[in-house]
Amino acid sequence: MTILPAAATTDPSVLNRKQPGTRPTGRISLGRAAAWAFMVLTSLMTLFPFYWMLRTALSNTKSLAANSDSFLPADLTLGAFQRVLGLSTTAEAIAQGGSGANVNFWLYLRNSLVVATTTTVGQVFFCALAAYAFARLSWPGRDKLFFAFITALMVPPIFTTLPNFILIKDLGLLDSYLGIVLPTLLMTPFSVFFLRQFFLGIPKEMEEAAMIDGAGRFRVFFTIILPMSAAPITTLSLLTYIASWNDYFWPLLVGKAESVRVLTVALGIFRSQTPQGSPDWAGLMAATLIAALPILVLYAFLGRRIINSIGFSGIK
Amino acid sequence: MVTLTSRTQATLPGARRRRRNDLRAALVFVAPATIGFLVFYVWPAIRGVYYSFTDFSVLSPPQWIGTENYQELLSDDLVRNAFWVTLEYVLINIGAQTVLALGLAVLMHRLTKSVVVRGTLLLPYLVANVVVALLWFWMLDYQIGIVNQMLDWVGLGRIAFFGDSAWAIPTIAMVNVWRHVGYTALLIFAGLQTIPTHLYEAAALDGAGEVRSFFKITIPLLRPVLAMVLVITVTGSFQIFDTVAVTTAGGPVNATRVIYYYIYELAFGRFEFGYASAISVVLFLVLASVAFAQIKLLRAGESDLS
Repeated sequence: MTILPAAATTDPSVLNRKQPGTRPTGRISLGRAAAWAFMVLTSLMTLFPFYWMLRTALSNTKSLAANSDSFLPADLTLGAFQRVLGLSTTAEAIAQGGSGANVNFWLYLRNSLVVATTTTVGQVFFCALAAYAFARLSWPGRDKLFFAFITALMVPPIFTTLPNFILIKDLGLLDSYLGIVLPTLLMTPFSVFFLRQFFLGIPKEMEEAAMIDGAGRFRVFFTIILPMSAAPITTLSLLTYIASWNDYFWPLLVGKAESVRVLTVALGIFRSQTPQGSPDWAGLMAATLIAALPILVLYAFLGRRIINSIGFSGIK
Repeated sequence: MVTLTSRTQATLPGARRRRRNDLRAALVFVAPATIGFLVFYVWPAIRGVYYSFTDFSVLSPPQWIGTENYQELLSDDLVRNAFWVTLEYVLINIGAQTVLALGLAVLMHRLTKSVVVRGTLLLPYLVANVVVALLWFWMLDYQIGIVNQMLDWVGLGRIAFFGDSAWAIPTIAMVNVWRHVGYTALLIFAGLQTIPTHLYEAAALDGAGEVRSFFKITIPLLRPVLAMVLVITVTGSFQIFDTVAVTTAGGPVNATRVIYYYIYELAFGRFEFGYASAISVVLFLVLASVAFAQIKLLRAGESDLS
């Protein structure tokens, strides 16, 4: 109950509204209590599966069945993490309920890092260049081209995915990093749109002053616009990184080979390889945790940025 | 370097000269993105339409067959099934997600603007579809999943969430509600913050309760935002694939063979690229009309705020 007054004071509008006192206070606090209960319950339902992922990952697969009603790890062990990271012998893995098949998550982790990093750096940089031209330069055909870019936002991905697969195949880029990265390396309509909105808001005087001092457009872009847009560029980079890290469909099509296989694809394969009857749940949860961890760490440090940017994608 | 020197000369003569230099710089600035746009958006869109009129198995060059793919599509029970199953998924997913997200957004707006609360709700959205799918596949396991364990405690029977054809689609829909509801709630929350607080104050002065101001102020003023959110989420949820791919793989007996998954199977399992492209074209047309109808019906572009 102590949270109620504290919460009420954080929102001045609520305080103001209460002052007329049109309703009996007893009913209001009952409603608020119910609202808070709902909120807490929702938060619990959001967080519990993450706890369950950790709890299972710390369990011994063979002991899970007998302890399915326990909220603590069954037969606490780091074995699942060890076998997923290839640190345990086949015999050890089988003893704990693993398949004994070779999984090499270090490799997939590295591949995910390469793919997500390349995509993010390329896409954000090239989209920033384009967004600058759309926002700050005047040239014939600018608005028409921008409109064409924006129209592409509405095309469902599958429509371009199949022909893009053929294109990547014809270029001989199947099972290569380049093949996975290429379609989103140079642009996505959303990134151009996102950055253009910010560039439009930068005062023109800054640029004009620099240009009178003899700076060209490129110098203005690199020394004034980019540094001034550090915040939106960080936000967009985060969103791009997360999207790229989590992508499954495209890397599944063009990057099945072990050498370029990313974590999401590896997880799908790991799941389908689990032996019939009883899958290696602890191993699977350890693997999902490893796959989710980098994003969760990023979120822990820069979460506020992502949260505050959400409204942007829906409302212009 | 060339632009740098010409710029110094150009600053004095005035606007005409500057504009010409802008064009040259602009071309360099937009070139990479435009190449990406042409090669990976425009060209494949054109190719996609072309493939849909061909018999194309990837192994040999496409053969023009006119509208045969589209005729076949009309009598393909699996296509019809895929559209129905997807529709069922979209209705459950969007219905539950929108109502829940609206509730959460209003609560966040009225009770607490805490970043921690918003951060918690957004957490599932940051994790890959595949991770979410596997996590719930485990939690909903018939034998030893924690959810079935809980159902047992309460005295309700166990449910084969992914194995029972009546449960499979609702289950997949709810798993994705869990992943997306926080994101949708934040979108709506952003919209709520644009509603002036004095409206609520005035309503409270006039004796309107919480429920009344919700229906008389919040909902009408939120309409354009809700409409945009609906267009985005409905179009997005038609593209369900990852969850199906790692949990049920279309089963049991076609119960979860959604459009994306069917297209995937046709193209990469049976190498019927032309036919798969034809279904993609149809899906594109369906999505475009759904979005168009939504924008018209919900009057997405107009605001009641004025």
